[in-house]
This record gives sequence, C-alpha cells and structure tokens, in this order.
Amino acid sequence: MKLYLKIWRQFDASSKGEMTDYEIDGVSEHMSFLEMLDLLNENLIQQGERVIEFDHDCREGICGQCGVMINGRAHGPLRNTTTCQLHMRSFKDGDTIYIEPFRAKAFPVLRDLKIDRKAFDTIIASGGFIGASTGQAPEANSIPISYETAEEAFDAAACIGCGACVASCKNASAALFVGAKITHLALLPQGKVEAPKRALNMVKQMDLQGFGNCSDTRACEIECPQGISVLSIARMNLEYMKALTFRK
Amino acid sequence: MMESKIPEGPLSEKWNTYKAKAKLVNPANRKKLNIIVVGTGLAGASCAASLAEQGYNIKSFCFQDSPRRAHSVAAQGGVNAAKNYKNDGDSTFRMFYDTIKGGDFRSREANVYRLAECSAHLIDHAVAQGVPFAREYAGYLNNRSFGGVQVSRTFYARGQTGQQLLLGAYQALERQVSLGKIKLYTRHEMLELVVIDGKAKGIIARNLETGKLERHSADAVVLASGGYGKVYYLSTLAMGCNSSAVWRAHKKGAFMAGVSWIQFHPTSLPQHGENQSKLTLMSESLRNDGRIWVPKRANDDRNANSIPEEERDYYLERRYPSFGNLAPRDISSRAAKERIDAGHGVGPMKNAIYLDFSDAIKAQGKDTIEAKYSNLFTMYEKITGINAYKEPMLISPSAHFTMGGLWVDYELMTTIPGLFALGEANFADHGANRLGANSLLQACVDGYFIAPYTIPNYLAGELNATKFDIDHHAFEEAENAVRRQLDRFLHTNGTLSADYFHKKIGRLLYEKCGLSRSRKNLEEAIIEIRELKASFEKDLRITGDNTLNSELEKAGRIADYIELAELMCYDALQREESCGAHFREEYQTPDGEAVRNDEEFCYVSAWEWKGQNKEPELHKEPLVFEAVELAVRSYK
Repeated sequence: MKLYLKIWRQFDASSKGEMTDYEIDGVSEHMSFLEMLDLLNENLIQQGERVIEFDHDCREGICGQCGVMINGRAHGPLRNTTTCQLHMRSFKDGDTIYIEPFRAKAFPVLRDLKIDRKAFDTIIASGGFIGASTGQAPEANSIPISYETAEEAFDAAACIGCGACVASCKNASAALFVGAKITHLALLPQGKVEAPKRALNMVKQMDLQGFGNCSDTRACEIECPQGISVLSIARMNLEYMKALTFRK
Repeated sequence: MMESKIPEGPLSEKWNTYKAKAKLVNPANRKKLNIIVVGTGLAGASCAASLAEQGYNIKSFCFQDSPRRAHSVAAQGGVNAAKNYKNDGDSTFRMFYDTIKGGDFRSREANVYRLAECSAHLIDHAVAQGVPFAREYAGYLNNRSFGGVQVSRTFYARGQTGQQLLLGAYQALERQVSLGKIKLYTRHEMLELVVIDGKAKGIIARNLETGKLERHSADAVVLASGGYGKVYYLSTLAMGCNSSAVWRAHKKGAFMAGVSWIQFHPTSLPQHGENQSKLTLMSESLRNDGRIWVPKRANDDRNANSIPEEERDYYLERRYPSFGNLAPRDISSRAAKERIDAGHGVGPMKNAIYLDFSDAIKAQGKDTIEAKYSNLFTMYEKITGINAYKEPMLISPSAHFTMGGLWVDYELMTTIPGLFALGEANFADHGANRLGANSLLQACVDGYFIAPYTIPNYLAGELNATKFDIDHHAFEEAENAVRRQLDRFLHTNGTLSADYFHKKIGRLLYEKCGLSRSRKNLEEAIIEIRELKASFEKDLRITGDNTLNSELEKAGRIADYIELAELMCYDALQREESCGAHFREEYQTPDGEAVRNDEEFCYVSAWEWKGQNKEPELHKEPLVFEAVELAVRSYK
C-alpha cells in the first residue's frame, strides 16, 4: 500500500521542530509500524538524507523503548499495544498518518521522535525498590504470598516504562507509572516495611521531575500497553495519605 | 595464559573452598577502587548493584535510554532452581547433570555445578526483592517443567520472568544510584577497551546523544554486554543487541571461545516477508501442552484443521518417545529444519511447523489453557492475525542465544587480567547447547553471587598497583582509533546502507553456519565474508553526522559482526564433530542424530585474534570429567 506520512523532525532539544511530509509505497500489511519506518529510512539513505531517529529495541512489546504518537494516540489506534506490535494491517492504502514524539515537559525531545525518559529512572531511584541486599535472603517459601496477591502485584509490576501514560495525559502526569510501582511493592509483604517512605519519596520526585498532577481522566489506562489499572493510582494516593497521616 | 583456576577438592566443595580462600578488600579501601560495568541486563545490573553494596565505586554503561530496556527483559519462560519444592527427585546434582548433558558434555563441570548450587539462593534473593513469581493457592511458590528436563524446577512470573527479574536488578541498581555508589551512563556505547601493562584499565565510550567520545578509567572492567545472535539479522534478539564490546575486547587480546555454538530457538514465529526486522519468540513453555506436527504428505496445501489425524506426523513424539514435544532446543530445532527441508513445511512461505493446542483444549478445557498462556495467544494473534485457540500456531526455529563468548576462567576473568565477562557475554556453563530457563539463571548468578567474590579477589591485588588516569597515552591511542573508524564510516560515501550489510551477513550465516554446517559451506562462507568485508569498506553509505546518529551506531556494530562471522566459520570448520547446537553434516548417524567425537574434541576452542586478514590462532582448554561419564546424549 501507499501511505502519506507527516513526521515530526527536530534537530535537538533546543531547535524548533516541524511536521514534514513523506510518501512511502510498497508497504505490506504484515509489516510492523517500525518496519514501515525502517523502509522509509532506507529510502532516505538512498536519497542521501539523514534518517528519522526513533527509539525502539526489542520489537516484542516488552522493553518499553519504542513509542510515538500516531494520529494523536500514544502507540497508535489499538488498545494495549506498543508501537512495535502495531502492524500495518491496521491502516489502509492511501491513509495519511501523523507521527510525533511523546510530548511532556519531563520528556525533552532529543532528535525527531527520540525523547529522553531519564525522569522515570530518577523516580525509581528515589524509592521504587525493596532495600534487600544481595546474598543472605531467607528461604523463599518462608514468606507465603496468596495466589491472588501475587497476581495483583504482578498486574502492577508489568509496567514497561514506555511513557504512553504521560503522553496521553493532558497534564503529562506520571501517576500511573508511579502508582504501578508503589502498588507492586506495597502489596507484597517484603515491600510493606518501606511503603510509607517509598510513597512519600516517589511522589515528591515525580513532582520535582516536572510531571503534572492526576485529574482522573483515565486516558492513561486506555493507552497503557500493559493494561495497568487506574486503581494503582488510587493505591498510590492511599499509601501517600497513610504515610502523611502517620509519619512523625 | 588459559589457566581455568578450578579449585581443588570434590565437586560439591569447590565453590565453598574458593569462597573461603578468596582475598578480601578492607571496607575502607573499597571506596578507593573503581569498576566499570558495561551492560545493565541481569548480569550487569546485578553485578553493579552487588559490588556497589559492598562499597566499590561503579560506573554502569548501557546503550539503551534506560537500564530497564536490557534484553534480559524479553525472556519469557522462567528461571531454573534446584529447590525440589515438588518433591519429584530434583537435587543440585541432578540439575548439574541435566545441564552438563544438555550442553552435550562441552562445558566445565565445576562451573556447571556452581550454577546449580547457587540456583536456590537466586530464587530466595529475587523473592526478597519483590519479584512476583507464580504462587500456589496455599501461598507457596509454584513451578513447572521446561524443555529438556523431567522435573519441575522452573520458576516463572507469567510469561514475563525475564522482565520481572530484570526489574528487580534494575531497581537494586537504581537504589545504589541514589546512594551515589553507581554512576549511570545511559545511551553510551563502549567502543574500545583500554589495556595498560597487560591489564584492563578502562574503556572509550561514545555518548550516543552528543556523539562525544569519553574516556573512563577503572581498576577492573566487567563486560556484561549480552550475546551476539543478532549477527544472523533475523533472530529473536532486540535490534540493538550486538557483539561490539566483546569483539573489541577480543581484538585487544581476550580469547573468544565456542564462537559457533549458537542456539536456534524452536518456538519462534516464522519469517513472513523480505522487510522483516526480527523474529518474535514464543515462550517454550507452550511445548508443555502444544503438540508439534507437520502433514505426512510433502507439499500438502490443505488447511491444518482439515488434515485428518492419521495424516499428521507428530515427528518429535515419533523420534523421541520419552521426551516428545519437550525434547531439548537443539534437537527440536534441527528436527523442524529437517522436516521443512524435506518439503513438509507449512504456512505461506513453507518455512513453519504446527504447534497444536486442540488436544490440550479438549482435555483441559479452553479456560485452563487460557489461564496458562493467554498473553502468548494474544501476542500471537496481534502479530499474525490468527486465533490459535481455533487453529494451530505456525512456528519455526530462529537464532537466539549464543553459548559462545569471551573465554573466562572459574573466576569469570578473561585472558586479559582485570577484564571480566558475565552472563551471555562469556562462554561458560552452557556448553554446546543451553537448556531452557538456564540463561536468566546464569546471568543472575554471575552477577549476584560469583563476581562479588571473584572481582574483589582480583582487586585485593590491585590496591597498590599504579593508578593510571585518562591522560595516559593508551587512552589517547584508543580514542584516536575509535575516531578514525567513525570518520571512515561517515566518509565512505558508498551506496549501500548498514542494514543492507547486516541482512547479507545474516543470510549468509543462516545458510552456511546455521542449524547445520558442512566443510564445503563453511569454506565458501569464509571467502564470501571476506568479499563482503571488502564491499563494506568501500560501499557503505552513512547519512547524517557525528552527533546523534543511529546509522553510525549500526555501522560499527556491523563492522564487528562481519569479523565475528568469519571467526564463527573458522570455529565451526575446525570442530569436526556434531555436538549440541553445532551440527556438522559429515558427522551424523544414518537416522540423522549428532555424532560427537570425545577422543578428539573434548575441549573448549578458544581463539586468539592475530590481526586483520590473518587466521585466528586456536588454543584448547581440555575438558576433564570426574563426576559424570561422557555418554551419548539420547532423548529417545
């Protein structure tokens, strides 16, 4: 099929970017969206032009590195799907597709569609862990965890850190990302001890990184490739309020 | 030069003996010592975090935008541990034996025993970190059996075990970042190793955001940069997986071992077209319930569901009745290739086989199958548009895990003192074939439990060594060499993209140094690879400049792949036997089983770089088996 692409080109964080028109022919419906971009880049190389920079790695929907806005939606038209798992059968011959980077003040554009998501790592460093040192852990079965709890913790732990939640939110809030980690660790007995401190530190760091507040529009949940529930935001608020109330 | 340093004493006591005798570094001295860790996957992140906990200063490097992207994240099936929770006869020794046998008796006994021994602690540690492993209703850990073994020793977190273990390691790493013990360099690629007075003393890294070359010095360098299966282009690996860190260390004097031992995973999705960039892996756990078959009649074009039972060939169950669909990866992959080559392949490109769940659904109900594998079925449908509850999956073998890598001794140190290699970057533990769910284990155990003893043992001897800073001429020379190479790529001004060469080298290896090899093919391949190298040097086209430029990054990786491919062919050519993943067509039984030659090839092939356009030199590390008898590896 033949497609008309409008792609955001921006040289670096301090340059002004703009939408640029491209045409591409010979796109098969079996190609992934990123393979379509590969093909476009191959054409650009043949023309001696600089390629369109975009982030990607595993192309299996699990590493979380890919992600662009496609026709105004994070990761494109399908629910719970990363950009790398979006295939061209979701488009039809003659379509015009708008491709832009995930936009948020906390995610500056590096070049074209590549953005800087270090802010997520900084939030994790502020408390998104269990302080278990290596080597002397107790026997694993000495801490029974119910099947349901383990599954619920897993649902939250499945976050891939792609940033679609931030990009979909009108406030560029990272509440779903932070809520997911707080939920994962607070549900487990091993993570409960540090739960109050974790909630306070991570929420504070989220604000410091320049993410906005959650105003409960739930756009994040709809675009999350892992289908993480906004209930994790509720749990973040609960853990945060508990910590605020009882700290001293 | 190649002393394996295996401790004395009985197998079960070797690691304890080593730990008891390993030198320690006083806590006050640890903060004076700097360690570079390249790679933030399970091996790299766990090693960085563990050494930082002890008090060393760590610099951690990854080419991705965040440590959490490392390709360990994509491992699906699980992680092995000899916990014997199911009371089904598992033990450290049995796990050791399964792994030795699985690797076709081409790995070191002492390393493999240590792997099995440390496995139980890994589960304890991961649970302590909050890894949400699958649980029984009673609250205890659940596990399952996995390809190639007859006990249940595989712990899992749905189909995302690698992701959850990696997040545990990544979180431990970030915790040390916040404590100031780890300095993190994301979007940085190691492009050269700096060796001073014969010891690893630093690296040259390229900042992929700015293009600037940076010099980093250290008292020890750890490469945990993963495997190189992406050399085949179409593979189950992430696009960025590469061999550059290990290859550049190799050219600085570190030996590469078992280079041609590359596992083809039996359950990947088949190739569907020319512009495809990768093959997606489906968890091998599917083989617990799925039955593998092809039509008995060659070139049978009927739809799978309209082929009656008696016209289906369940070839794994037929050839390997005691293991059936759970036969190890090398055997399953090769059996699939054999059927496909004989004209029984299915799917639009006739390059696949069926993985059929209809019997399992009939016996257990759709709900049970859905509970076990729903994410995999959903993923399959997303990619192929096919509902696998209604018709069999199409699967095919594809390049996956590299058992080969940098040669290391028992301490995981390469032939360059001070240079360590962990996880898939080293050759150790798996022999000529890796058993499912042992890769996460090895990566974690190397990083959490082994390197934290062996690296300090080395560093204890370095406390009074001369300190070199980044003004040393060795750093300058290394940086200049990198700069010259990047300039050359940018100014070649040919007509062909980096990807063109990657696809070319990949196809060549698939055909001539892939699932099966022959002398004739390998000799041809070496000539063709040299031609391709000459073409790469004059026909490459890189657009853009020396700042952020993904094409320039690719060019360096492909230059390394081309050289590595040549060494793979030498390795495969020299080894005149069939073992594990290495199947030489000249050495097989009349019914197509591998024929190993223990009299002549019971050694690890370690190769020394001798310079451009020169043949590499082979060194042999004899494999001595004391605890097991070398047996014919049969899964019949």
